[in-house]
Amino acid sequence: MFADGTITPSTLSVKDLPWQVHWDRENCSFCGRCTAVCPVHAIELGVHRKRLLHAPLLGETGGNTSSSNVYQVYYGIRQRTDPAYACVGCAMCNLVCPNGSIIPYRSDEIDKLRFHINRGGQPRRRGGRRNDPAPGILDRIKFIRISMLTDPALDAGRHEFELRTLLGRVLPPEESLRLYREQGWFPPVREIYPLIIGAMSFGALSPTMWEGLQMGVAYLNEELGMPVRICTGEGGCPPRLLRSRFLKYVILQIASGYFGWDEIIHAIPEMKEDPCAIEIKYGQGAKPGDGGLLMWYKVNKLIAAIRGVPPGVSLPSPPTHQTKYSIEEAVAKMIQSMYMAWGFRVPVYPKISGTSTALAVLNNLTRNPYAAGLAIDGEDGGTGAAYNVSLNHMGHPIASNIRDCYLNLVKVGKQNEIPLFAAGGVGKHGNLAANAAALIMLGASGVQIGKYIMQAAAGCIGSESDRCNICNIGLCPKGITSQDPRLYRRLDPEKVAERVVDVFLSFDTELRKIVAPLGRSTSLPIGMSDALGIDDYYAAERLQIKYVI
Amino acid sequence: MCRLFCLTSEQPQSPMVAIRALDIMREGHDGSGVGLFLTDLGGPFEGLEGAPILSGIFTNEGLKRLDEFMIGIGFTTKYKLSIRVRKNPPPGTPKRDVYLIRAYDYPESWEGLGPAEIQYRLMMIRLRLRQMGEEKEDMIVYSFWPDVIMIKEIGDPMSVAEYLQLDREELQARVIMAQGRQNTNYAINLYACHPFFIQGVATMTNGENTAFVPIREFLMSRGFPGYTGYNSDSEVFTHILHFMLYRLGLGIEMYKHLITPLQDQELMRHPSGPFLKQLKQSCRRLIIDGPNCVIGCLPDKTVFMVHDRKKLRPGVVGGKPGFYVFASEMCGLDAAVPDRDKSKDFQPMHLDTAIVGPDRREVKRCSQMEPLPLLH
Repeated sequence: MFADGTITPSTLSVKDLPWQVHWDRENCSFCGRCTAVCPVHAIELGVHRKRLLHAPLLGETGGNTSSSNVYQVYYGIRQRTDPAYACVGCAMCNLVCPNGSIIPYRSDEIDKLRFHINRGGQPRRRGGRRNDPAPGILDRIKFIRISMLTDPALDAGRHEFELRTLLGRVLPPEESLRLYREQGWFPPVREIYPLIIGAMSFGALSPTMWEGLQMGVAYLNEELGMPVRICTGEGGCPPRLLRSRFLKYVILQIASGYFGWDEIIHAIPEMKEDPCAIEIKYGQGAKPGDGGLLMWYKVNKLIAAIRGVPPGVSLPSPPTHQTKYSIEEAVAKMIQSMYMAWGFRVPVYPKISGTSTALAVLNNLTRNPYAAGLAIDGEDGGTGAAYNVSLNHMGHPIASNIRDCYLNLVKVGKQNEIPLFAAGGVGKHGNLAANAAALIMLGASGVQIGKYIMQAAAGCIGSESDRCNICNIGLCPKGITSQDPRLYRRLDPEKVAERVVDVFLSFDTELRKIVAPLGRSTSLPIGMSDALGIDDYYAAERLQIKYVI
Repeated sequence: MCRLFCLTSEQPQSPMVAIRALDIMREGHDGSGVGLFLTDLGGPFEGLEGAPILSGIFTNEGLKRLDEFMIGIGFTTKYKLSIRVRKNPPPGTPKRDVYLIRAYDYPESWEGLGPAEIQYRLMMIRLRLRQMGEEKEDMIVYSFWPDVIMIKEIGDPMSVAEYLQLDREELQARVIMAQGRQNTNYAINLYACHPFFIQGVATMTNGENTAFVPIREFLMSRGFPGYTGYNSDSEVFTHILHFMLYRLGLGIEMYKHLITPLQDQELMRHPSGPFLKQLKQSCRRLIIDGPNCVIGCLPDKTVFMVHDRKKLRPGVVGGKPGFYVFASEMCGLDAAVPDRDKSKDFQPMHLDTAIVGPDRREVKRCSQMEPLPLLH
């Protein structure tokens, strides 16, 4: 614009944006790959006009002794400043540049863009998780009870380890023996690996990503004997998987939109195996108290068919299950109905978002003899699409939520009966095994991960510094959360599967490296809070662990 | 690491047999405490016909309060053993007023009560006395049970035994458990001294229990008032055994299955696999991780030894028909039964339970891989 031109309130400069794209004219090969790959069209071909001055030297002789101008045109990159096209910092331009001549840099101050991403009165929606890059409480928890001399530590590489957990309602010992003697019905219980791939729907994830995860999980189970489980999320399940033997590694999720459940119910008579479990989603850590959301960009024909909806429309699920008005009655009925659908052979458990009311839910579930567990998704949980305000400001941290619930179970003596599963920001800063072990020792029976597996197994570049985070509009530059074949073909499912296996094997080793020095190996140290310490007095008090400095 | 010694004998023995063995094994204890559990008593205690015996340490004030309390609930003294100690206790041993071993007659109002009710009430009286003692620090109560005497004190076992004159004739028992304590995690507290006792069940342990906190939480939340205390991480072994015997109605051959269950591939081969898997799941919080050697005595005077699954504290069983010894060190066993057939010594391994029944004819070895007796 001109200095005396018109500006609007949302007229921003490059400096006002969160990311500034630096481009090196010297090295640029003008191949155009960067502008082609940019998912949000933040950069475009720029035709730059440049004035060259000629000022003659003193004493110069010849015809041209007066000053003159030359106007030149050169080509290059121009960063767009329209809020709709602001750079998201994914750096795909840098990835594809043959000469490394372009890269986005983070602004040195808080951007002004954030005040303008609500044009049309539509608040910002995005994918990812809470944008808070500071280390969380889980990262600060240390394992302090190291076995020394009086109690020899174990050898993480040599000893036998049984790091399994139970998913399902475990009966108290007296009741269990009575039913065994009387040959009564037992609630189904699954012995599974304590690290679960949490709910990410077919639709939120691309077909290649989903296939890669499923293949990785199948390999871990069938070749490596690790009973790893994966949850479908709310979006149904591909018909072939429903009818395959691999279904037993899958936790089917039902949520308030019931997407995909027509297909699932109709497949029941043809199922070769029961699914691992049914997760009833009542809430999600990334958008607590809000429903699911699959934006129209991603609802292509395949997704529409699996979900049983028309293509090209946004698919919001309601915040609550519309038929539920009380946990005592309607939720209990839903749990029972799901049990009934598979002949009481499949555990059914609810998942809620982290909340200060989690204890009320838990107390109710302890009285429901069918509730097979409770999954709690903390404020740092990820999502494919949610309102920014939900992501950043809603929800309860997982550590104190899971601790309160566990201690409450201890109080009523049901700590071995209803397993708690923790999720939401596990491994947010890359410390997956340490975070998971901390949660387990605080009282979780296992942990669920979503974002971590996307980052580690598929190269998701999203971060808590608001990098990328465009999962919601189907433009994932890595092809992880896109339904556009041009994008998701970038992702090789075989390679994703390999990475899934890498992640679980390395996690397993790290988990052993944590529990072995604590002297534990025969069973997962659930609730072994005497092993935990933290350098924050109030956090230690709150979590009832040791304060160490 | 603590030193453990346990004998089971057809003929009543003096506790000095155990004390001498502890003395031989003295490298392993530091004089921070000695604990004795005597049952299947001989001597004057043999003819007491089920009268409960109170064992503990009292101040003069505490003794008065005890008498008031016991009279108040209708218990009268039937027989007592007076221990008069010399003025100067051995180094490390505190000066106490009264070491009490006293048998009581049941109150008349208890006549007609069933055995379970009597057992429950006896336990509750012990807990009440313990609580009273903790309030004013004037009583320490170890046991209140028929045919059981317990003595615990701080100090070197041999000096303490001489000081308390444990070689006296009245003190004789067919089962004697003794522990020389190597204090580790916790402050010296007599309630942290082994053996631990609840309703006829006693165990003692060496090593540390790394899974202590979740197990303690599980036991304390069973709603049974006796599952309390836990001044030592080893007390849970006694309570797990009690839980198994009294609440689950299972026999001693199942103890290992509770604390160190078989792994999945072993369970698949086991004839009782499905049952054991079920038990493993519902008793998951009772799984220990060692390192521990547990020696215990059941209400029927059966004595046993088990280990954890992989860290294996030392422990050996040997002897001859009529006299068997469980010891944490071979030298302790040698000291007590030098003339045994050493080729028959048995060191239980990760799957084994070594059991000597009340008949004391043989050491029964029981492996977790063996079929289980039928449930009854």
